[in-house]
Amino acid sequence: MKYIDEYRDEKVTRGLLDEIGRIVTREWKLMEVCGGQTHSILKSGLDQLLPPQIELIHGPGCPVCVTPLELIDKAIALAQRSNVIFVSYGDMLRVPGSERDLFSVRAAGGDVRIVYSPLDSLKIAKENPDKTIVFFGIGFETTAPANAMAVAQAKRQGIKNFAMLVSHVTVPPAISALLESPDVRVDGFLAAGHVCTIMGYWEYEPLVKKYNVPVVVTGFEPVDIVHGVLMCVKQLEEGRAEVENAYARSVRREGNEPAQAIINEVFEPCDRPWRGIGVIPQSGYKFREAYTYYDAEQRFPDIQTIATKESSLCISGQVLQGLKKPNQCPAFGKECTPQMPLGATMVSSEGACAAYYRYARFAKTALQDLTQKSNTVIPSEARNL
Amino acid sequence: MSLQLSSWTCPLPLRNYPTVVMGHGSGGKMMSDLIQHLFAPLLKNDLLDQLGDSTVIGLSQIANGNSPSNLRLAFTTDSFVISPLIFPGGDIGELAVNGTVNDLAMSGAKPLFLSAGFILEEGLPMETLGRIAASVAAACRAANVQLVAGDTKVVNKGHGDGLYINTSGIGVISADINIAPNRAQVGDAIIVSGTMGDHGMAIMSVREGLEFETQIKSDTAPLNGLVEAMLAASPEIHCLRDATRGGLAAVLNELASASNVGIEFDERKIPVRQEVHAACEMLGLDPFYVANEGKLVAMVPAAESESVLAAMRAHPLGKEAARIGSVVEDHHGLVVARTAIGGSRVVDLPAGELLPRIC
Repeated sequence: MKYIDEYRDEKVTRGLLDEIGRIVTREWKLMEVCGGQTHSILKSGLDQLLPPQIELIHGPGCPVCVTPLELIDKAIALAQRSNVIFVSYGDMLRVPGSERDLFSVRAAGGDVRIVYSPLDSLKIAKENPDKTIVFFGIGFETTAPANAMAVAQAKRQGIKNFAMLVSHVTVPPAISALLESPDVRVDGFLAAGHVCTIMGYWEYEPLVKKYNVPVVVTGFEPVDIVHGVLMCVKQLEEGRAEVENAYARSVRREGNEPAQAIINEVFEPCDRPWRGIGVIPQSGYKFREAYTYYDAEQRFPDIQTIATKESSLCISGQVLQGLKKPNQCPAFGKECTPQMPLGATMVSSEGACAAYYRYARFAKTALQDLTQKSNTVIPSEARNL
Repeated sequence: MSLQLSSWTCPLPLRNYPTVVMGHGSGGKMMSDLIQHLFAPLLKNDLLDQLGDSTVIGLSQIANGNSPSNLRLAFTTDSFVISPLIFPGGDIGELAVNGTVNDLAMSGAKPLFLSAGFILEEGLPMETLGRIAASVAAACRAANVQLVAGDTKVVNKGHGDGLYINTSGIGVISADINIAPNRAQVGDAIIVSGTMGDHGMAIMSVREGLEFETQIKSDTAPLNGLVEAMLAASPEIHCLRDATRGGLAAVLNELASASNVGIEFDERKIPVRQEVHAACEMLGLDPFYVANEGKLVAMVPAAESESVLAAMRAHPLGKEAARIGSVVEDHHGLVVARTAIGGSRVVDLPAGELLPRIC
């Protein structure tokens, strides 16, 4: 398929990998920020093909994974109401809340629907004037323009029975927070190409100066990612720290200005809690004053006081900060599987744990260990260690 | 004034009902009219015409040339609850026949007889029911099977999704055939009969209102003819599976587990239609996990693989058949894919419902 196959080409990939092998002189830790990149790396088996000196650390860029438990519980509480139609992107439905997920709300009779575009929820609102339609507005800067557009359209069209439960997060503050953390040691970043398509990459220029760390804007296909790694390693080997663009077919320095304008019209920056990480200052969006009518948390003030409970086994916070690999979690593939996830990182196809579970290289020894311990046939969900 | 029940009939004859009503499931006149005027003209045959509580079939009608002492029967059942009822490339009626025919064919059986149970929701347009019943009849003719038993029930509005169909089927297996999920052997060639993911993406495109430039059509088809051609080329086929729910990935995992062997395949060798590939890319889905309704996966001794492939490619439903990989000694129970860039990954069973990615 055009525009896909050329970025999954074995020869081109091999050429770039060889180039990295030629220039690399020491070990480097690079963080791919976005879960989509993690997914692509494991799906293509790229992690096994890179020179051993290059370690890829999986970043916090999975919107499903970092949505706080409290907000999932609020979503579940709203979805259970008979006067609400709860509308969401698909992969939020399996994320576990304190007690249940949105799928089980749907099974118990709640009206929970999946859409591909938030604008579809306006259509649902028009078709169901006696219900309030609540859209789960999550994501990074990538989904923010479409979510903002849905709210702006609702206002323009006078649609009153629509609200949005917002949990928007933004990338640059998270990178700053990681660089400030004493535990995190990352030599260079592969920035998320689609976030930069919207926001541009000028935001990273002060970060690069302040922390003296290279940032390379990187795409999502295997060739894009190897290209990003090569540019990042080159900078590191040459002692440079700059913002470079390895995804020029989609990203300009200024980004997509009309998309930024609609975000700014509806939302303003605010402090946001990230699941497993904690509150990061100015790392998300909330409604601007003119749009608070559409804020589901204000429309339904009684959902504010929900007590939440995280799994005691799940280490998704450490995974999201790149401190641990998913298979270093004692619950990985045992108590925690995509069928019965303990944490959000095991749910989304962009979550590092789910990506490891689904694609991680098969290791004979781990498999044998498991067979001996359980002394039974290995269930399929525990096989991919 | 008393009503003369014996001579009383509904003032509105059935054919004037535009939709199914509860009375059509009452067991009375309306139901009998529904059967006589809608189902019978479409589905009529000598066995169904017995109209008894069960249909009696003579052994000679089953034997299919086998001596009764060698005769093995295959028996299966499947229920169909698809929405929408009519979709690009087919409808629930055709699907219900082909699904059961294919389940029989995957054991190497020649499918002979089907039963069909229709669960109708009050309010279903009669025109839709007629269209689907006609489609059941056409699918039976195409698969060369007879529908010999049937049932109809009506449920209250809101208690069904228009129409559910259950089909059961009986087929016979020749003495020289031994096909089972646990028979895959190291060295076997793995063959798929055509493009993967067509049905699932066709359904998703209409269900979710996605508009693609070209319409993706379901691949629903009876595979018994193709299986017959394959068995004529080599009766040594070890495993056959139709790659329905869970797609190719589910079938390969099930066979790897059942036979306790490893499976390796090359992603690049799997036929996928360009439009299906594009739709999957857009939604973040993997075509290996998407359902098919007219495609099979075969495990065949390597020495026989070329002749089986040639027989498949000569059949209209196997034109794009391809050898995609092999059964291997390593990693028992695991399916490993060689990726486009030359890496490898484990292909596991799908976790549950396929969920489109957020971005």
